[in-house]
Amino acid sequence: MMKNKYIRALLVDYGMVFVLIALCLLISLLTISDKHPEDASAARKLSASLLKEVGSDIRVLVVARKTEADEVFAQALKEGLESGGADVVGVELGDPSSLRKRLELLGQQDERVDFIATHDFSSKWRVLSQTSRSEMASLYPGLSSLKIAKPASYRWPTFLTINNLIGILNQNAPIAIMAIGMTLVIITAGIDLSVGSLMALAAVVTATTIRSYLGNESASAFDVALAFLVAMSVCALAGVLAGVIVTLFKVPPFVVTLGLMMVARGMSYILAGGADAVKIEADSIGALYSSSVFGIPSQIVLMIVLFVVAHIVMNHTAFGRYVYAVGGNETAARLSGVPVVGVLIAVYAICGLAAGLAGVLDVSHFGTGRPKAGEFYELQVIAAVVVGGTSLMGGEGKIFGTFIGALILGVIQNGLNMAGVDSYRQMVIYGALILVAVLIDQLKKKVVKPAAN
Amino acid sequence: MADVSSSESLNQTQPLLEMVNVSKSFPGVRALANVNLELYAGEVLALLGENGAGKSTLIKILGGVHMPDSGDIKINGRGLPIDSPAASQRAGVGIIFQEFNLIPALTARENIFLGQEESPFSWIAKRQEDEQARVLFDRIGVQVDPNALCRNLTVAQQQVVEIAKALALNAQIVVMDEPSAALTPREVEGLYEIVDELRRQGIGIIYISHRLDEIERLADRIMVLRDGQYVGTRDADGVTRDEIIEMMVGRSLDNEFPEQTRPLGEIRLEVQGLSRGSVVKDVSFNVRAGEILGVAGLVGAGRTETVRLLFGADKPDGGSIMLDGKQLRIQSPRQAIAKGICLLTEDRKGQGLVLGQTVQENFGLPNMEEFANGGFVNKGQETLAFDRYIEQLQMKVTGGGQIAETLSGGNQQKVVLAKWLQRNAEVIIFDEPTRGIDVGAKYEIYLLMNQLAREGKAIIMISSELPEVLGMSDRILVMHEGRVAGCLENKDVTQEDLMKLATGTKAVTAF
Repeated sequence: MMKNKYIRALLVDYGMVFVLIALCLLISLLTISDKHPEDASAARKLSASLLKEVGSDIRVLVVARKTEADEVFAQALKEGLESGGADVVGVELGDPSSLRKRLELLGQQDERVDFIATHDFSSKWRVLSQTSRSEMASLYPGLSSLKIAKPASYRWPTFLTINNLIGILNQNAPIAIMAIGMTLVIITAGIDLSVGSLMALAAVVTATTIRSYLGNESASAFDVALAFLVAMSVCALAGVLAGVIVTLFKVPPFVVTLGLMMVARGMSYILAGGADAVKIEADSIGALYSSSVFGIPSQIVLMIVLFVVAHIVMNHTAFGRYVYAVGGNETAARLSGVPVVGVLIAVYAICGLAAGLAGVLDVSHFGTGRPKAGEFYELQVIAAVVVGGTSLMGGEGKIFGTFIGALILGVIQNGLNMAGVDSYRQMVIYGALILVAVLIDQLKKKVVKPAAN
Repeated sequence: MADVSSSESLNQTQPLLEMVNVSKSFPGVRALANVNLELYAGEVLALLGENGAGKSTLIKILGGVHMPDSGDIKINGRGLPIDSPAASQRAGVGIIFQEFNLIPALTARENIFLGQEESPFSWIAKRQEDEQARVLFDRIGVQVDPNALCRNLTVAQQQVVEIAKALALNAQIVVMDEPSAALTPREVEGLYEIVDELRRQGIGIIYISHRLDEIERLADRIMVLRDGQYVGTRDADGVTRDEIIEMMVGRSLDNEFPEQTRPLGEIRLEVQGLSRGSVVKDVSFNVRAGEILGVAGLVGAGRTETVRLLFGADKPDGGSIMLDGKQLRIQSPRQAIAKGICLLTEDRKGQGLVLGQTVQENFGLPNMEEFANGGFVNKGQETLAFDRYIEQLQMKVTGGGQIAETLSGGNQQKVVLAKWLQRNAEVIIFDEPTRGIDVGAKYEIYLLMNQLAREGKAIIMISSELPEVLGMSDRILVMHEGRVAGCLENKDVTQEDLMKLATGTKAVTAF
């Protein structure tokens, strides 16, 4: 009984985590394919195994494409072989025709080459095919025993690679950050439809501020940061305005933020002068987006920090208590001395601020202020919050749930992309999956929660 | 049609309704254990029990809201599976819940016949329905305008509409859950007449109430539940109040109200000329340290409105409030609380508690300055403080983490009280403190009020139950139509004296 109850509580609180894990497993299974490593560690492994199996008395030609990554691969291979005592006759970075010339040259010089060490991609060039090699062997005795060595392949899900996972987080960071603010608003039983438009407004305000007031290409990193602050302040103020109208004039949040959504979008276009994008020449505009902390893009780090902070605020501070209380029962909260008006205005301001931050990230990503940025994002943001288990009726919801909700949506989208589903079908499936996720959540609550007495 | 003659011809020995060995468990709670109920045509069966005794569960099983784990339900001797509210209605059961199921934007007539249309496209013959509604209202003995919007009806009229709705579905069994709770004394009289009338027509009535005088007035038989167990059924004739109370609480209470002797101190709260629009007119009174000031009056007399002004929930047009000789400026509940004035609202669920949150979170809500110094909530300190009150107020909770909604009325009231006590409230205003609270818990609340008074707090208690006002107060303020109709020392005052002042028949100011 006790154990049963514990499992139930676990399901209610963390059911969406299981959904996320199940989704990841499913997409992983569907994206398993052959992987051909092409990095330095694969090169080191290849040289080691080559030396171990055939000894150091070999002459090797290292072959790869002429790219930065391949240079690293080739360099590691060369070093590995030479340190083991093997003789590297040369490193060929190029294409099939340059490789053919190199081989012919080596053949004419009567150099002996036992192995061509390369990766899977280059090993498939026609010049290295069986027939082509035997042709060359008949012409040049030095190449008569030429063999190909390449790193071992293995099967692994494309989904479950560091690059892909980081990509998912990076792509969804702006939406997830806005979802933090939206969670607060929805917990107070409100809604904010303006976030997508505020995101665009922030982007355009940043761009026009840098262009008109901070000297555009001569703008320093400090100036860019200043422009970011201006843009975020504008959005926070818009949130304050929404909060004031909601509280003091008792207009439903849906209507207030619907109006604000249109005003902000329109103002973005006006500020952009009707252009699709306001170009920013300042060099440091991309710094925020392209920088990283310990190899993790800084906007992911920023997102995680914000989620942790929001979690602490909502669970351990008086303000968090107030937000839940106002959403659960506004009258009781007021009569308990909660400054309801202040709490509501703060919540809309935070939501606006989060949208502003998302806009700043967008401008840093694209290097231009796009008045089209964040179109329909408000719906994705709300979906993330709802999938994360926050009730639209207010009073309940968890920041952590929102994080999971945002990830679920991101993972679904990524999975559909990998499956090669076109964007129209993606929309249908995406929408249907949101419905399923929320339905599961509702069913789970019905089954798991004991009936009220 | 369940016409009158057929129900009269029913064999008296054949019960209209039998519930046999009904049991029901919820996860972790055994709500009902082998409960039996028999209801005969043309009788009023009073169903009594403290909150949490299982009355609601039993009624919800009858109404098809819950399915019993075991046991049978027989109507007119035939076993019926009642597995949905619709099945219950078809079986002839009409339940009038405490919270009405009326749609405010529809008329009385539309509410009565809602759901009885043959198909969504069927034509509604309004005139015919009007006629049927009138017949139904005739049967009840009260006429309500069928075309009045329900939101414009009084609570009593809405109740009549609910009853008519049940009768329109040919109900032979009518269940009323605390029907008098929201009615004025005059309206309650009307309700008694309605119940009498239905009984005459052979309808079996299950009447749930906490008010014993009501039970004495109406019931033919009295059935008592305690902790989900069937305690017994007695004929109403020849059973005393004390016996009923003993059956309900499982022990005898010497008295409904605790004895009180305490000295009165200085004047703590002084209110002068408080006014707000047409609801509160020039109200003046004072409360001394250690005093319980009872406030009596009819519903709509402006009692709640007056204390809301004291508490800053509404803004007064004029008047002054002094606490311990100091003039107070109160603009919001937050300021009132800071000054030590606290209000336990009449509507605990709607205004007193955030039901979805834990009791400890509710407790902490007005005490954040203490527990969240610097913004972060010190949960350890909060738990420590709350656990003290669990013990001191004898709350029946599993712990601070219990959700407020799952508590009984009495325990909810204690949570509200705890949050104000932690604030060191000096003036504590109780608005209908025992409404919807069972007898045992009532007594505990009374004890607490007395104890608080002994500690020198000034206490204001609004109550519509005259015995409670007379049993608890040192002085009684009676209000009528927004004004103070009188303020009486509680010596040799009778219910009649209070009623005369409350109804405005005696315009005497007896300071």
